[in-house]
Amino acid sequence: MSGLRRFLHTPEAVAGVVILAALFAMALSASLLFPGDPQSIAGPALLPPFQDWSLPLGTDRLGRNVLAELFHGARTSLAVGLAAAAAALAVGAVIGTLAGFAGGLIDEVLMRITDAFQTVPGFLLALAFVSVVGPSLGVVVVAIALSTWTGPARVARAEVLSIRERDYVAGARVIGMHPLAIAFREVLPNALPPVLALSSVIVAAAILTEAALSFLGLGDPNRVTWGGMIAEGRTVLRTAPFLSIVPGIALVLTVLGVYLAGEGIVETTAVKRGLS
Amino acid sequence: MTRALTLIRRRLVGSIFVLLIVVVGTFLLLEAAPGDAVDAYIVSTGGDAGMIELLRHRWGLDQSELTRLANYLWALLHLDLGQSVTFSRPIREIILERLPNTLLLMVSATALSFGLGSALGIYAGARPGSFRDRFLSIGSLALYAVPGFWLGLVLIVIFAVDLRWLPIGGIETLASDKTGLARAADIGVHLALPVAALGFIYLALYLRMMRAGMAEAWRQDFILAARARGLSRRRIVLAHVARNALLPLVTMLGLQSAQMLGGSVVIESVFSVPGLGRLAQEAVAARDTPLLLGIILVSAVLVILINLVVDIAYAFLDPRVGASEERA
Repeated sequence: MSGLRRFLHTPEAVAGVVILAALFAMALSASLLFPGDPQSIAGPALLPPFQDWSLPLGTDRLGRNVLAELFHGARTSLAVGLAAAAAALAVGAVIGTLAGFAGGLIDEVLMRITDAFQTVPGFLLALAFVSVVGPSLGVVVVAIALSTWTGPARVARAEVLSIRERDYVAGARVIGMHPLAIAFREVLPNALPPVLALSSVIVAAAILTEAALSFLGLGDPNRVTWGGMIAEGRTVLRTAPFLSIVPGIALVLTVLGVYLAGEGIVETTAVKRGLS
Repeated sequence: MTRALTLIRRRLVGSIFVLLIVVVGTFLLLEAAPGDAVDAYIVSTGGDAGMIELLRHRWGLDQSELTRLANYLWALLHLDLGQSVTFSRPIREIILERLPNTLLLMVSATALSFGLGSALGIYAGARPGSFRDRFLSIGSLALYAVPGFWLGLVLIVIFAVDLRWLPIGGIETLASDKTGLARAADIGVHLALPVAALGFIYLALYLRMMRAGMAEAWRQDFILAARARGLSRRRIVLAHVARNALLPLVTMLGLQSAQMLGGSVVIESVFSVPGLGRLAQEAVAARDTPLLLGIILVSAVLVILINLVVDIAYAFLDPRVGASEERA
């Protein structure tokens, strides 16, 4: 049975992929279905859901279309989640490879820095970083990457430590390759699979961190975010709880989709490697 | 006892370097912030250029970056975290005032997530592949996907707004003059929802780890041996399978502490619990950099201490740990 077919035979993984596909469709069609500024007023304020079919999910405190905000928010969540995770994985893989391959003092210094990053609560670090540099999409991505790169770095280092003793690395040394070239062309690519296996957890963590930052008012103020919508709805929590609950459900489904699809991929590739 | 002492000594020496990196790193990061404490102060009180000059000089802000870093480190050696601009009080005092609330929240949430999570994990892992195993496994994954602050809001809507069973926020009833047990009960009622919101997320983590550890343990030879000895299934599950799966969870307890501290920032702000996390948010809102620096530092020290305690506990629980280190 091929990897893809095995993947499709796992109901959880299929559910994850379906959720993620729906999400990408939402994000991509946001400006097509809801052109213009999603933060502009679309109708009467605090319209409950399922009342007016031109505004299916109702409106918020300022009369903005909740469904349009939800679609545009999907964009921010996915963009930040994927970008931050990619940055964290890249930084972690490079630092872990350097530490593991160089050894000695460089390893010691890099690992103490990693320890320091793991000692400071990641969310607190992200909070401090965004508040210092100012909230924008790019800054939020960097802040999240800053608080999540340590995991990939440790995994990459452990993998590199076992790879650097292999024969092909010794061979590369003998033919006179530059150590940095060996580290990044020979060792790093082979150390990647276990690092990449972390990606679903990191994407999920990044999406949740972005939501929490926006909830505290530290998201990009020019973009709709689900965390920001939840914070908005909080002010009318007693009278219109759906304003906070709806974007929260979107968040839960997104993160769940990432976990399920990620777990499915890891499981099928693990089985495949076990068989070969 | 010597084993624990060696462990403590080695860890403390390593921690000093880590703390130094944390101090210098956060100092430099917060230095990069536009505007300084004087700007923040002048915005709230008003004042002319002469006043700004005077304040900069008095707070030592007209000195070079390196001198100020040295001054800060020197003050830290005397456990002096400096003065908060917004509160006009020593930062150490403010943090010590808020810390107990956060610790109470964290310890209760950890007890809830660890206790209930490992118990449910044992229940699921006792029969791998059964319906309850699959149900709990998917359920815990869904729970793990829930943002803590949103769960907090949902709990507020259900238990505080609709049912009116529990208070909506705060740490205790203000100006109620309650003492002793009545006060403890009052705090307990106030903390029920924040503890649930913070604890339930991590419950899923412990459940999944326990389950995975048990699945691993079932395949070991000593389980086969226990079966051959004719032990009851209940005895095998509790005394052999679960016991072996429990150890990694103890390590997780320490690793999770930093994340839980971060999580308490949002939870405290949802439930207006006057703790360290809410203080951090207040510091960010008021651009009170020295206060934020102090909070980050105290959190780092807290995480180091928690991990030290967990490591010592681990060394006692698992006799294999430390035995090889002593010889080396």
